[in-house]
Order: sequence, then structure tokens, then C-alpha cells
Amino acid sequence: MDKLNIMIVGVGGQGTLLASRILGNVAMKMSFDVKVSEVHGMAQRGGSVVTYVKFAKKVYSPLIEKGEADILLAFEKLEALRWVEFLKEDGSIIINKQRIDPVPVILGKEKYPEEIVEKINKVFDKTVAVDALPIARECGNIKAVNVVLLGVLARITGIDKSIWLESIKEVVPQKIQELNIKAFEAGFNVEV
Amino acid sequence: MKKLMLGNEAVARGAYEAGVTVAAAYPGTPSTEITENIAKYDEIYSEWSPNEKVALEVAIGASVAGARSICAMKHVGLNVAADPLFTVSYTGVNGGLVIMVADDPGMHSSQNEQDSRFYARSSKVPMLEPSDSRECKDYVKQAFEISEKFDCPVIVRLSTRIAHSQSIVELGEKVDYSLKDYVKNPAKYVMMPAMARKRHVEVEKRMGGLREFSNTSGINNIEWGSKDVGVITSGIAYQYAREAFGDVSYLKLGMVYPLPENIIREFAKEVKTLYVIEELEPFIEDQIQKMGISVIGKALLPVIGEYSSQLIREKILDQKAGASVKIDEAVPVRPPVMCPGCPHRGLYYVLKKQKLTVSGDIGCYTLGALPPTESMDFCVCMGASVSGAHGMEKARGREFGKKTVAVIGDSTFMHSGITGLIDIVYNKGNSTVIILDNSITGMTGHQQNPTTGYTIKNEPTKQVDLVKLANAIGIERVRVVDPFNIKEVDKILKEETQVDEPSVIISQRPCALLKSVKYDGPKKINMEKCKKCKQCFTIGCPALVNVGDHIEINEALCIGCDLCTKLCNFGAIEKAGENNG
Repeated sequence: MDKLNIMIVGVGGQGTLLASRILGNVAMKMSFDVKVSEVHGMAQRGGSVVTYVKFAKKVYSPLIEKGEADILLAFEKLEALRWVEFLKEDGSIIINKQRIDPVPVILGKEKYPEEIVEKINKVFDKTVAVDALPIARECGNIKAVNVVLLGVLARITGIDKSIWLESIKEVVPQKIQELNIKAFEAGFNVEV
Repeated sequence: MKKLMLGNEAVARGAYEAGVTVAAAYPGTPSTEITENIAKYDEIYSEWSPNEKVALEVAIGASVAGARSICAMKHVGLNVAADPLFTVSYTGVNGGLVIMVADDPGMHSSQNEQDSRFYARSSKVPMLEPSDSRECKDYVKQAFEISEKFDCPVIVRLSTRIAHSQSIVELGEKVDYSLKDYVKNPAKYVMMPAMARKRHVEVEKRMGGLREFSNTSGINNIEWGSKDVGVITSGIAYQYAREAFGDVSYLKLGMVYPLPENIIREFAKEVKTLYVIEELEPFIEDQIQKMGISVIGKALLPVIGEYSSQLIREKILDQKAGASVKIDEAVPVRPPVMCPGCPHRGLYYVLKKQKLTVSGDIGCYTLGALPPTESMDFCVCMGASVSGAHGMEKARGREFGKKTVAVIGDSTFMHSGITGLIDIVYNKGNSTVIILDNSITGMTGHQQNPTTGYTIKNEPTKQVDLVKLANAIGIERVRVVDPFNIKEVDKILKEETQVDEPSVIISQRPCALLKSVKYDGPKKINMEKCKKCKQCFTIGCPALVNVGDHIEINEALCIGCDLCTKLCNFGAIEKAGENNG
């Protein structure tokens, strides 16, 4: 592996920032140049959020363009569909089966698309769908959904697991480390 | 040691390594994390000031007193701080003074897309622009040296993609910096006409020195590649250009004001076609054109929005985007929304119900302008809700005023709402001003402010008493209400808008995201009791969703704030797990 473009997409408040920080730290540990571009502020209030993580020998632009992502990690189904055109033709996509309705859907002005996972799966061979919410709940806190999904991602990248664990220990505050490591392991062990 | 750092975090590290001892700021996306990170260094006195003007003045005072000082703000914050900026350019500094400003091309979280580089030019203050986190740290350190060498403040400009991108930074040692002597010098620091005239002469002399520095210091440098194409660029645009053009020649500007004219001429002479790649206004391009050099920039590239490598490929190199697979499906937009449990939701429910004209302000509650509440008529800048409501009443008369309110957050009220309120009292207005006191500065991610009782370092401090404050400036009618007590809000709003005198309503309930706020946990709908009247939908909570023919509560989102429970006339909303109806 000489470079990797990963996008983490979801809904503001789902914890995509923490996931991208751990991922960025993993890249640095592997001696890559790395850039992580985040969204803060207004979009973090329940809007559509995207984080770009790029690692290579040398990274210039922090943004990933359409058709350039090797892996798309979607914390929510609709967001998977929104960002899927950023994925390479032979890219991998991990979809959390969680559904969060945007306001236009809640107000009945627009429809939440049906069978998103199936539709994406038809186009992309490497589609993995996970129901991370119950896994996180089982680990002790539904907020750990982000790290469960990171575990799934870790497995798919093939990057040595110990690097991930080290990175979690460095990035996550001591108090919640145990929970997060448990969540990561649970995600890593999901059958895909 | 190497560390992955946000641009903002690297700025903080640079300030620390440069020996800064005083830092002041008002939070604003995308600049907030600069000062949040500075506050982690025990060596640096840091504060959230009530607004950017105060922050800059604190930093100026610290500089005159001999310390290296820094202040940070978003682009629109520099408008607020513009008054001291233009004159501190005349006085110059004692200890180094650096002003951080973060622009927001694409308006991820802002009300306009202004280009702060023009401030450097019009205030005659040098400006640096880093292109990644490493440069954020290095340029901040260099900015302090420039500030002291040329006796002037220095602005360091970031944009969202620099401030909020992480890249690798090599940590350095903190320099040994001690306070400079404080010497009384009114000819330099008291800007009355006689002194200011002399100082203006110094400013012009200084500009000469800075132009020379820009040409010779090495902060602006040429990276030679193919000479068929030359690209002059800076900041994040440099990164996009590098990726789009590949092996051509670059003049990378670290100092965007004043420009290195000699280097630009030398570079232009060597390359066949010359481009300027810069987001927003043709700031660099216009100056190069003025030098009589032919250059291509905004003829092909937009002045609106963010750039990307792909945009440059398309507009300049005529290359279409790479192959990407599209799935033919309509994807509903996902605009930001007030969080589940947001205290503002109760208030906006009533504002909508009473069909009031709402003069709005900057904060999470600006989201009240969006569906389903759509209860905001006007929002311009920090503080404008209060003064704007007053203007509306003066223009359209008392009857219109009776259907109008101003809505402003606690932190925004401290920032610049107070002066507007004084104006209403002084000039015999009758406006009703609602202060949404959620015990924190919300949108920027939970910063303390003068009404919260804590400092940036979370030390307890005196708390501004909003009731006493309003009383003291002459408001006799001040009401405090819980925004989740909808009946009470409804009643108070009716009373206060009708009285012929100014009034303040303090809508008090803490932000649901605060760790200290504990609700009961998720609710669920009792299907037997639910009449599907959708009354609960009117509050626009993202946790309440339509599933086929019935309503459900999204358990992953609901925190149990109980606002919907209060609205349900059939008692159909219950604690999850209690009743499986």
C-alpha cells in the first residue's frame, strides 16, 4: 500500500471527528504523510458531515475528489448514498444500517430512499453493511458506534491491528478507553 | 517529536514556542480551536473576551506592556476589531503582536464570504498565509519576529481548510522570551492628531522595509519545474494547485502582503504562461496586473466558494472529473437542525404560533429560520437583532413593533447586544428582546462567556447577572422563563409585546449537549394512545420520525427532554422500556 484515501461521512453529532483522528494517527504511525480535513461549526448540528483522510508519501490537497476514495465509511445510510460517487469504481464501502431522517423527510416533503444498501451493493462489489448501533449498545454505550465502525474499517484496510489499538490509546481520553477498545474489537470481529 | 495537528492547534503551539504570555479571543468558526488550545498552556494567560474588539485591545495592551501577545477571530470578527487594528498599525508594538484571522470560503459556518486580505492592505499591516499545519506553527513564530523587527502588528490569515485540516507538525522548544521593558512613550502610543501624523510617516517608511523583506527573507519562494507554466499562489490554494498542475513552476507566497514585487517580476519573466490561483477576490492578481504583468486568474476561476484540485483541472486545464459511479436516486438534503433536547425549540414553537416578526442573530438559534419553525425574518451580524428590531419599530410604528421581537443568545448579547439594548431605552423604543440563555456559547462548540460564571480555563469567576444588567440600563420589565414551559412562554410573550415600554425576556435552559445536563433517556410512542395527529411534529425534533403510517421516536437520538411529551394531548409519549403499548 503506498496511498489510501478514506472518507468518513455521517450526520453531525455521530462522532465522525473522533474516528478520523484515530485514523489519522494510524497513518502517521505508519510513517505516511497524512492530512485530515474536518467540518466544524454549523454543519455539526445535525447536518451532513464529511471528513477526508488522505495518506501517501506526500499529500498536498486535503480534499478527496469524486471517484478518488478507496474506502467510504458511512455512519448513516442516506449519507452513504449522498457521497457514494466519491468512491472509486473498485472501492470499498462500509455502511452503518442506522437511519436518521433529515428534516425534509420528517416534514413529509421528501422521501427517504428505500433499499439503499441493496442499491449500492448492485454497483459496488465491496459493500459491507453493519448494524453498529446494537453492537455499541452491547458494548455499553450507543455513542461508541463510531469506534465499532472504525473496527470494521480496520479489518478492511488490513493494517496491523496493534497500530489501531495503540492509536486509540493515544487519542481517546483514559476514562473511556476501555469502552472504546471493546467497541473497536467488536467491530473488528464483525463477520463481513 | 512529530504530532498530527489541526492548523488551529499548530497556531497555538507556535504561540507557545514563541513565548507568548497573553492571548485573547472571541470564539468563531473556523478560528475557535486556536484559543482553546492556547488555554491548555499554563504559561499563557488566556481569555475569552466579550468580543473581538476587546480581544484585540487586550492583546494591544499586553504588547505595549512588553509581552508577546496574540488574538484570534474569524473573518467577520476582524470587522468588529477593525477599529483598534487601523490605529495599532500606527502605534506599532513593544512585545510582538500577532492577529490570527480565519476566513471561511464556501461559508461552511458563516454569514458572508469576505476576503480578509484587504484588511492587511488598507491597515498597512503585513499578512502571512500558511498552507498547512507545519507552516501554521512556523509562520506564527516568524510573525512575532517580523512584528518586533518592523514595529507593527502582523496578521496571519487562515482559511477553513487550513484551520480545520490536520497535518504533521514537528514540535520545537519554547524560546526564552522575557518581557520587554515598559517605557512611557506618548508620542508613539497616544494617537492624537499631532502624534498620529508623525506615526503615519513611520508607517509608510515601514512599508518600504516590509516590501524589501518580502523580496529577500525567503518566506516567498520559487519551486522551479517546467517553465511552460508558472503558478503564483498561497495558502490552501497552493495545495490544490500542486495537485492539479503537477510538475510546473510555483511561486509560493508565504507573505501575501506586501507582495514581493522583484520575485514576481523575475518569476513572470521565466515562465511562458502565468496563472494566479487564489480563492475569493483577485487580491494578488490585481496587484500583479498593476505591475504591468499579464496573468490569468479570475478570468477562468470563480470569486465564489471554495476551490479544489478538480475545479482547477476543469477550469484551467480543461480536464473533466475522473470516472465515478453514480446511483440514480434522489437524495434528500440534510440541512443542520437544532439538536434533540435543544432549549431553543420550545421558544421557537411559540414564536411560530404567535406569527411574530423575528429580528434574529448569530448562533445555534439562527437555525430557527429553517423549516419547520421558519421563524426568523432577518439576521445580519452579531448584535443586530436588538438594534434591528428597534429600527423596524421606528420605521413602521408601534403596532408593527407589537408583533416584533429580537432573539439573541447569551454570548452574542454580551458580544454586542448590550449597546443595542441601551439604544432602545435611550431612544424611547418599546422592543421586546428575548435573550436565549443556554449557559454556554453553543454553535462554536461550548465556550464559556461572561454569563456562565467560568473562565476559559474553567476557573469560577463572577457571573454577569442579566436581570440586574437589564434593570441597570433602564429596562423595568424583565421576565425569566423556561422555554420548555410553553404555556408560560406564550403568556409572557403576549404580555411583553403589548406593553408600551421596552422589555427583556430571559429564556433560560442549558444546552442539551452540556455534560451537566441529564435527561431521563429515550421516550417511545404508545401506539394505542397515539392518534397520529402529528402535533408533536410541529416542534421539528429530528428524533421524531414518520415510519410508514405511524410515528416513531428514534431511540439513538432522543435524550428524553420531554418537550414533545408536553405537547401531546393524548399522553402517548412515554419513557422507553416502561410500557409496550
